[in-house]
Amino acid sequence: MSKKSFRQAINEALRQEMRRDPRVIIMGEDVAGGRGGTSGVQDAWGGVLGVTKGLLTEFGEDRVLDTPISEASYIGAAAGAAATGLRPVAELMFVDFVGCCLDQIMNQAAKFRYMFGGKARTPLVIRAMYGAGFNAAAQHSQALYPLFTHIPGLKVVVPSSPYEAKGLLIQAIRDDDPVIFLENKVMYDEEEDVPDDPYTIPFGEANLTREGNDVTIVAFGRMVGFANQAADRLEKEGISCTVIDPRTTSPLDSGTILDCVADTGRLVIVDESSPRCNLATDVAALVAEEAFDALKAPIRRVVPPHTPVPFATILENLYLPSVEKIEAAVRSVAAYRVKEEV
Amino acid sequence: MSETITPITMPKFGLAMTEGKLASWSTPVGATVKAGDEIADIETSKITNGYESPAAGVLRRQVAPEGEMLPVGALIGILADADVPDSDIDAFISRFNESFISDDSGSAGNDEPTRKVTEVENLKISVQESGSQHDGIPLLLIHGFGGDLTNWMMTQPALTETRRVIAFDLPGHGESSKDVGDGSPVSFATTVAALAEVLDLQRVHVAGHSLGGAIALELAKTHPDLVASLTLIAPAGLGQDISMTFINGFIEADRRKTLEPVLQQLVHDKSLITRQMIESIIRYKRLDGVIPALKTIAETNFHDGRQAFPLRSVLETYSGPVQVLWGEQDEILSVAGSEDLPDAVTVIRYPDTGHMPQLEKSPDVNKAIKNFLDSGNS
Amino acid sequence: MQISRDILTRSYQAMRTIREFEERLHVEFATGEIPGFVHLYCGEEASGVGVCAHLGKTDTIASTHRGHGHCIAKGVAVDGMMAEIYGRRTGVCRGKGGSMHIADLSLGMLGANGIVGGGPPLICGAALSHKLLKDNGVAVAFYGDGASNEGSTLESLNLATVWHLPAVFVVEDNGYGEATGSSYACAGTQKDRAAGFGMPYFECDGTDFFAVYEAAEEAISHARSGKGPAMLHVHLARWYGHFEGDAMSYRVNGEVTKERSERDCLVKFRQRAADVSLLEASVLDEIDAAVKNEIDAAVVAAKKAPLPEAEDLTRDVYVSY
Repeated sequence: MSKKSFRQAINEALRQEMRRDPRVIIMGEDVAGGRGGTSGVQDAWGGVLGVTKGLLTEFGEDRVLDTPISEASYIGAAAGAAATGLRPVAELMFVDFVGCCLDQIMNQAAKFRYMFGGKARTPLVIRAMYGAGFNAAAQHSQALYPLFTHIPGLKVVVPSSPYEAKGLLIQAIRDDDPVIFLENKVMYDEEEDVPDDPYTIPFGEANLTREGNDVTIVAFGRMVGFANQAADRLEKEGISCTVIDPRTTSPLDSGTILDCVADTGRLVIVDESSPRCNLATDVAALVAEEAFDALKAPIRRVVPPHTPVPFATILENLYLPSVEKIEAAVRSVAAYRVKEEV
Repeated sequence: MSETITPITMPKFGLAMTEGKLASWSTPVGATVKAGDEIADIETSKITNGYESPAAGVLRRQVAPEGEMLPVGALIGILADADVPDSDIDAFISRFNESFISDDSGSAGNDEPTRKVTEVENLKISVQESGSQHDGIPLLLIHGFGGDLTNWMMTQPALTETRRVIAFDLPGHGESSKDVGDGSPVSFATTVAALAEVLDLQRVHVAGHSLGGAIALELAKTHPDLVASLTLIAPAGLGQDISMTFINGFIEADRRKTLEPVLQQLVHDKSLITRQMIESIIRYKRLDGVIPALKTIAETNFHDGRQAFPLRSVLETYSGPVQVLWGEQDEILSVAGSEDLPDAVTVIRYPDTGHMPQLEKSPDVNKAIKNFLDSGNS
Repeated sequence: MQISRDILTRSYQAMRTIREFEERLHVEFATGEIPGFVHLYCGEEASGVGVCAHLGKTDTIASTHRGHGHCIAKGVAVDGMMAEIYGRRTGVCRGKGGSMHIADLSLGMLGANGIVGGGPPLICGAALSHKLLKDNGVAVAFYGDGASNEGSTLESLNLATVWHLPAVFVVEDNGYGEATGSSYACAGTQKDRAAGFGMPYFECDGTDFFAVYEAAEEAISHARSGKGPAMLHVHLARWYGHFEGDAMSYRVNGEVTKERSERDCLVKFRQRAADVSLLEASVLDEIDAAVKNEIDAAVVAAKKAPLPEAEDLTRDVYVSY
């Protein structure tokens, strides 16, 4: 056990799975970097933010494949390789680039099993960075997990910490279905204790990072940390919160969400993806439908405005959910009392 | 003046503790306490434990409010005679807080444990040693089924004051390799003997808990020259019963909700099982190879819902001193296992105590081990 | 070139099976009993069969929405295919894929594909599997002249070259992408496109089995021998509309009749067989009769086969839930 960053946790998961299973390969734009350059330096980047650094050296160029900047071909190739005996982990770099290869994910990989009558297995993982907070602006900052969650046949993972990232990525690689694994780019340097040995965290099993009696907060990915901070501050004000990290948006652990709402009767959902048809609306619909009688206050969503992600820091900060915004939402639902009928 | 004022500070439970939460005060302000009375519950990331008053006096102040998280050594309360004026106490508190610097590394000194991974017969064995500056026969701690070396978090620091103490993770547990062979006490004892050789231990006192007790007995049988004495805490091997609800539940439960009631069987005071303790066991169980290892151990040792390896006879042949410590409310291995033992065996039974007296009654257990080891064996 | 009697017999049988299958579907579709869209491969049989004659079970193909011929050529069972097209539970995809998604991965058939240009990237992946798993396999993408303009296809030509993959890109050029002629939609030539990626290019008359067989052998052995990908451009004609029900008002009257009478691959095959005494007419007649019976039986069985159950709706979205 030692402290590892989010980046190291992912690198270690890839490394350990590649050691365990020779069918595991990785591919993507500059996952090694340096091929065809004039210096002859191989593994020049190890991924645009260094997540796959060192894998080329250990596993060689057959298993660490740099691709042309050509998402449709290599994401499709990853799907085809997965259907024919390999277990590829393809890196899409920024999830925003999915526009260049959505067919290969949505119409091919996601559908094989169902439309081929249950006879296909597509053990494919697509890793991609998501999220605002990097001044990367509208085409490099989106939180597109709702897009993938919408597509039956895909599993979607949004890890909230280094420990979670390692266990969920190993699970993703061992899973026989296509998995979209989304890494918040702002979290790569966050550190915590992560076991050195391989381990798995099952999908569809939410984690309660705080347990309280007054308000349930459901948060996704990086927002889990924000929600934890808000919960700790609110505890001192006498508002005790349960924080749910669903870990995977597909499958979604609706049972745990409903159980917690049954206990607290008050719900705040924190989601950094665009507000229409996002996970916050999905969870709100679930609770409105299945736990209406338990609700003591309207459901509140802490979400960005319906705009592209802006560039300037001041605007980006306004755009993102924050600890303060979560606190305000929790206070408002905690204080809410149903009006007496006249 | 200040001799009559005793500061009560955040204790250090376990080797890794750097801060703790004052979970609750068990003594009201103004109450008179004796040394050893429990005055507060302290919660660490691993365990909640009663904190015993270091001296006699009146609890004059509860400096730390309930729920407050504080570094080790921080002032949490004031003990003083009834006639010490409030102004003196206020002055003491402000002087203390001005001079208090949280410095974990300094306070631990030579007792700071070293943790390393050792290669033993092709297995990685995670070992935590402390007190290596002490001469004398070291103490080797063997944890039980599903446990790890942190089961000794209350034991190792206390005994390290006078002795080299070695705790380790058994194969299949903690950070050691997950290959357990056939999972029998014989197989574990072989690994322990090999570990002793790697660590260059010619003679050790052995304390074993639960399945670790059976392993200690097996070790005493096969390596009598290695084992200087035996401390068996709620050991397997002396009775026949085993709670399969616990064993199967421990293997099968994979969520906090389902694991919590299983772990609560381990203790008499159910509130001792914290969120973090449950979380750390869930994390352990997620490691590759753990579930198969636990299943192998369970299948080998507790086949048909009974203990498969009777080791009482070892007590007839083993010539070293033996003591048996057991909680009277043990729900895993019945305290009946401590009955009808040879006269030479010292038996201590703890009331209101479950399967883990070394956590639940740690001061008593530490005292018992210390006295036992110091009474001419070391 | 020498082609064994066994290969000739099997190839003729496959072409005849495709023809009977498709002609029968044309008739049956008109009765309204077949749900959805059907895209027929009639007239193009020699292409799929001539290429697949060089492939074994360990080789992989990806197909198009006009995929029945490729399936049969790769060995997918016709009764299962027919049941699938009728939306039956006994279909190869349990009635959940239909005409456009027939697949049998156990035979290296990666699926017909409802998306134009869907197959070539998948074939890059299958070729990568063959290369890394060292099974000496080759992966073949069948795609039309319409798909040849898809970015995914052009990207795949690049990727296969960059990765030096054992892949063959078979452009089945039947002159139309849906209702638009390739003379309008395709800039430049397929040959120049192959050259643009530094890829060897082969072409052939797709109504001549022997020509396809020969050209495919070169393209496939190039890829199989580790020299990288190759392109095979097969010139074809489509005998029916883009899909069944298409009135084909974009084609001049008589265009199809002429194709049928002058460029029928089965007629040409029989002619060649007779000319050089490869196979006796009686053998071919026997095949024709057997195939007809087989297709009749497949249709009868498909119509009688059970429909999917309500529980099938939510099954097999995932391997594990």
